Amino acid sequence: MKPTHPPKIVLDVQKIRADFPVLEREVRPGVPLIYLDSTATSQKPRQVLEAMDRFYRRTNANIHRGIHTLAEEATAGYEAARERIARFIGAAAAHEVIFVRNTTEAINLVAYSWGRANLNAGDVIVLTEMEHHSNLVPWQMLAAELDLRLEFIPVTPEGLLDLDAYHRLLDLHPKLVTFTHMSNVLGTINPAQEIIAAAHAVGAVTLVDGAQSVPHLPVDVQTLGADFLAFSGHKMLGPSGIGVLYGRGELLEAMPPFLGGGDMIKRVELRSFSVNALPYKFEAGTPAIAEAVGLGAAVEYLAAIGMEAVEQYEHEMIAYVLERLEEIPGVRVFGPEAQHKGAVAAFTLPEAHAHDISQVLDDFGIAVRAGHHCAMPLHTKFGIPATARASFYIYNTRQEVDRLVEGIYKVKEIFG
Amino acid sequence: MDDLYRELIIDRYKNPQFRGELNPNDITFEDDNPYCGDHIRVDVRLDENGVVTEAAYSGEGCSISQAAADLLIEYIHGKTLDEVKALTKEDVLDLLGIELGPVRLKCALLSLKVLKAGAYGLGEATDDLVA
Repeated sequence: MKPTHPPKIVLDVQKIRADFPVLEREVRPGVPLIYLDSTATSQKPRQVLEAMDRFYRRTNANIHRGIHTLAEEATAGYEAARERIARFIGAAAAHEVIFVRNTTEAINLVAYSWGRANLNAGDVIVLTEMEHHSNLVPWQMLAAELDLRLEFIPVTPEGLLDLDAYHRLLDLHPKLVTFTHMSNVLGTINPAQEIIAAAHAVGAVTLVDGAQSVPHLPVDVQTLGADFLAFSGHKMLGPSGIGVLYGRGELLEAMPPFLGGGDMIKRVELRSFSVNALPYKFEAGTPAIAEAVGLGAAVEYLAAIGMEAVEQYEHEMIAYVLERLEEIPGVRVFGPEAQHKGAVAAFTLPEAHAHDISQVLDDFGIAVRAGHHCAMPLHTKFGIPATARASFYIYNTRQEVDRLVEGIYKVKEIFG
Repeated sequence: MDDLYRELIIDRYKNPQFRGELNPNDITFEDDNPYCGDHIRVDVRLDENGVVTEAAYSGEGCSISQAAADLLIEYIHGKTLDEVKALTKEDVLDLLGIELGPVRLKCALLSLKVLKAGAYGLGEATDDLVA
């Protein structure tokens, strides 16, 4: 008989923790750090820190066009990172990986370049009610400029997308469907493959905000069928200041450049220029070279663990988190049940505001975020001004979850 | 933390003395703290000499922002409009009696910002009002 469960993939959390220098830190004397804010930004393993340090100590030079040894090494390091990232997300070619600053810049690039070239007054863009501001405001700006119509897939009270409503919105023949793969507040993992297939069936282009999914789940652009995928390095063990726009080659080829300047040109005359090939067409100016090298090291680190193992570990983690939080009287956790959810728990307490929860927890060395998490419309929908959000990554342990629960009881004691 | 959550702050948060809205009023203003979504409205009634006879606040926020608002509104009763305009960050911190980091400072000062924007009749509440 075949086993009914896939073989268990083991992730050695203590070995992983030993790679993260910041986890050795005490927030105050005698109070070790419990970092539960990886959805905002992840911590960095020494492999990433060392790769960047080595780049600056041994190699530092500007990339492309340099003939000297350091320039060649810097270029090779930068391009090797691109290739590694392309493999990590299953891109057909490395030139489909464009280095940008972060998810926000990647989405703005698509809005400015693809959007302005392909959208006209009255065209429909479909988004969701659970978008981060970074996948909302660029489209609001473009809609104001081009007189576009924005439509939103509703979020159900359980924190899932209303897919029936989505299918009705497709009758409007949208030109673009853009959505978050995993909500940074609800933790909802959206059925990206299904959403994309339905969008393609009506001729829409698709953009996936992978800021939360690429760090935490196996994401393969071929399997998804995504036209664009945007994500940030700093949320996936890499440094800040580097992110990626993946775009399908033929779409990127047809798009006008975004920023003008050095590197993005093939030839320049006083009154004209011709555009460089991909990916350089979209990488004007000196990029974040050391950061790209750092992100390459981060991707190597994650690939060595295996994203299936990451996903499984975090799935078990969030199931435990929800079980523990739900035993606390009054705690309300937003978002779906564990099977549809990444390792994010945004919650409220009747007694205390999110700020106060976060402040009390900080006294125990526990770092959680408080606020609207750059998703104000979603909080408005649920009728709450703010939530406290605990989020988890490969270096978090069940003992830390237990400490969080103790901390929440302390909040209740102070404010109850 | 025990310093931050002095009994006074917890007490004012749980049992506010000056929560509510005044309609009609002579001064009303409201604003948000964009970092956390806190919202405060302040209403003031003045007598013919420009002295505060009644004041109230409404909205939602953390214990620091709500307790600061409650203490501030109590403090301005009997003050003239000019005295209200002259209030500073230090006045609020004295009322709270605690030290605050930069993020929580914004919570504590939201009500003062809103009050002063209203007192000056400004279109928007700017940070320089509580600098």
